[in-house]
Amino acid sequence: MAEEDIDAIIRVRDITVQFGKTRVLDGLNLDVKRGEILGFVGPSGAGKSVLTRTIIGLVPKVSGRIEVFGVDLDAASSAQRRAVERRWGILFQQGALFSSLTVRQNIQFPAREYLRVSQRLLDEIMVAKLVMVGLKPEVADRYPSELSGGMIKRVALARALALDPELVFLDEPTSGLDPIGAGDFDELVRTLQRTLGLTVFMVTHDLDSLYTACDRIAVLGNGKIIAAGSIADMKASQHPWLQQYFNGKRARAVVA
Amino acid sequence: MSGDPTLERIAQGEGLALCAAGNWTARFAPALERIVSDAEKLRGSRPHIFIDVSQVASLDTFGAWLIERLRRSLSDAGAEAEIAGLSANYSSLVDEVRRVGPAPRVVSDPLSITGMLEQIGRTVAGIGSTIIGLVDMLGAVIAAAGNVLIHPRSFRLTSTVHHLEQVCWRAVPIVVLITFLIGCIISQQGIFHFRRFGADIFVVDMLGVLVLREIGVLLVAIMVAGRSGSAYTAELGSMKMREEIDALRTMGFDPIEVLILPRMLALVLALPILAFLGAMAALYGGGLVAWLYGGVDPEAFLLRLRDAISIDHFIVGMVKAPVMAAVIGIVACVEGLAVQGSAESLGQHTTASVVKGIFFVIVMDGVFAIFFASIGM
Repeated sequence: MAEEDIDAIIRVRDITVQFGKTRVLDGLNLDVKRGEILGFVGPSGAGKSVLTRTIIGLVPKVSGRIEVFGVDLDAASSAQRRAVERRWGILFQQGALFSSLTVRQNIQFPAREYLRVSQRLLDEIMVAKLVMVGLKPEVADRYPSELSGGMIKRVALARALALDPELVFLDEPTSGLDPIGAGDFDELVRTLQRTLGLTVFMVTHDLDSLYTACDRIAVLGNGKIIAAGSIADMKASQHPWLQQYFNGKRARAVVA
Repeated sequence: MSGDPTLERIAQGEGLALCAAGNWTARFAPALERIVSDAEKLRGSRPHIFIDVSQVASLDTFGAWLIERLRRSLSDAGAEAEIAGLSANYSSLVDEVRRVGPAPRVVSDPLSITGMLEQIGRTVAGIGSTIIGLVDMLGAVIAAAGNVLIHPRSFRLTSTVHHLEQVCWRAVPIVVLITFLIGCIISQQGIFHFRRFGADIFVVDMLGVLVLREIGVLLVAIMVAGRSGSAYTAELGSMKMREEIDALRTMGFDPIEVLILPRMLALVLALPILAFLGAMAALYGGGLVAWLYGGVDPEAFLLRLRDAISIDHFIVGMVKAPVMAAVIGIVACVEGLAVQGSAESLGQHTTASVVKGIFFVIVMDGVFAIFFASIGM
C-alpha cells in the first residue's frame, strides 16, 4: 500500500471473512473515492453482498481494517460509530421497508429519530425526497405492501437519502425492474450524485448500469478484487471471467 | 469555517438582503428551522428581498428546501424575493426542491360518537364473519380429508409426522411439568381446606374427577393453543406474506390439503395424547403431595381413587380432546391465512389466534359439560 489515497471515503484493508470453513473474502483491499459511483460486480455467490454487509458492520470479519470517512470502525466509540451511520444511507436488495409503517413514516423515520424538527418540516422534506426519487406525493400514505416492486426500490432509496448522507450503499438497485425502469433508476442515481455530491457504492449485475451510471468498476473474484478501473480497462483485461462478462453476448448487445 | 448556520439581515435602501452563511445541512436542521421561521416574519415588510447564499459552506436538501420555503413565503406576501449567489453545484439542488409541492395531509378520523358507534357495529359484524370463516375452513378441511380418503396417495405422511413431532413430542416435557405442578397445587389446597372437617381423604375424589374430567384436558388445550396455535398462525401468515401460498396454488396444489390438513391431523392426534399424559402427571403430582403433605399413603390413595372415579370420567376427558384440537387448529389456520402484508398484521393475527383459540376451547368445554350432564355421564 505505497499510495494511500487521501480522498478515499471507504478504505478496506486486508479483509478476511469466513463462514464456518468457507473463506468468502480473503485479504481484500478496496478504496472508494469521494464523489464517485463505484460499480461492484462479480459472479453470483462471490461475496459482493458479504463485502457490503461487512463494511456496514452487519457481518463480523476475521481480520482486516475498515475505515469509513477516515474513522476506523473497529476502534470507534459507539458515539463515533453513530456519527458515521448518520452519514451513510443503505438501500437493501429487497428494500427492507418497515412493513407496518406508511411510506411517509418510513422516510421520516431516521430524521424523526435524529433531528428535533417540526412535523411540518418533516412532511416537506419527505415530499422533497419523494419528488427526487421520481414518485408522486400521493403515495405517502400507502403501506409497503401496496406498492409495486419499482416503487419499493424508490421509496427505499428515498429513505436511504433521508438524512442527506454523503455515502450511499446500493445493493442491486435495478434487479427486478423493467429495463426502462432500471434505466430511469440509473439516471436517478446519476442526478442525485450530481446534485447532492454523493459517493455511491453500488453492487450490481446490470451491464447497462455499469455503462451509464458508474465512474469506476471493481470486480470481485476468489475473495479478492481482481480488477478495478474504468469500463475500458475492464474490456481490455485478459482475465477470463472479465472477458466473458464484458465481451460476452449480452455485453455486446448493450454496447450495440 | 465556524459551522453553525446564520442568516444576516442587511438593509439595502428599499430592499433587504438576507445573507446565509455556514452549514445549511441536515445536522443543523433544528437551528435552520428556527432561523427560517424568524425570517418568515419579515414577510410584507419590504418590497424587494434578496436571499444571498454565496457564503453558504455546504448545502443539502434540508438547507435548500428551507431557503426555497423562505422564498415562497416571502413572495406569497407580495414581496419580490429572489435567491442569489447560487453556485453551479447547488443550483441543480435548488431546482430540484423547487418542484416540491405541498405535503398531502394525513387523513385521520376524528374521534366522534358516530365513529365509536360505527366501530362497535363493525366489531359485532366482525364476530359474525369470524364464525362464518371458521365454518368455511372446517368445511374445506373436511372436504380435503374426504379427498385424501378417496386418493390416499395424496396424503402427506411426512409432513404430518413432522408436525406431530413439533406439536406432540416436543410439547411433552412442558405439558407434563405444568400439569404435575397443577396436580400438586390442587392436592395441597384440597388437603389444607378439607382438613378442617377431617375430610382429608376426599381430596382424592376431588383430584380424580377434576383432573380427568376438566383440568387435564382444558389446561393442556390452553397450553397447546398458546404453543402450537400461535406457531401455525405465524407459519401460515409469513408464507402468505411472501406469496408462498399463492405459488402453491398456481402449481395446482390445494393449500388446504398440503399445508393445513397435515397440521390439523397432527394437532387432533397430539391433544388426546398430551391430555392423557397431562392427566397422569397431575394425578401423580397430586398423589405425591397427598402422601408427603397430607399423610395419605400411596396405597390408600389408589384405593380411594378406584372408588372415586369411574371410566366415564376418563372418557369424558378424552372425548373432548380431539374436538378442542380441531377448534384450535381451525382458528389458527383461519387467522394465518388472514394475515396481510405487514409485520404488524402478522402480530395481530397471531395474538387473535391464541385469544380466540382459548376462548373457543372454554366455550366448547361448557357445551360439553351441558351435554354430558344431560346424558348422565
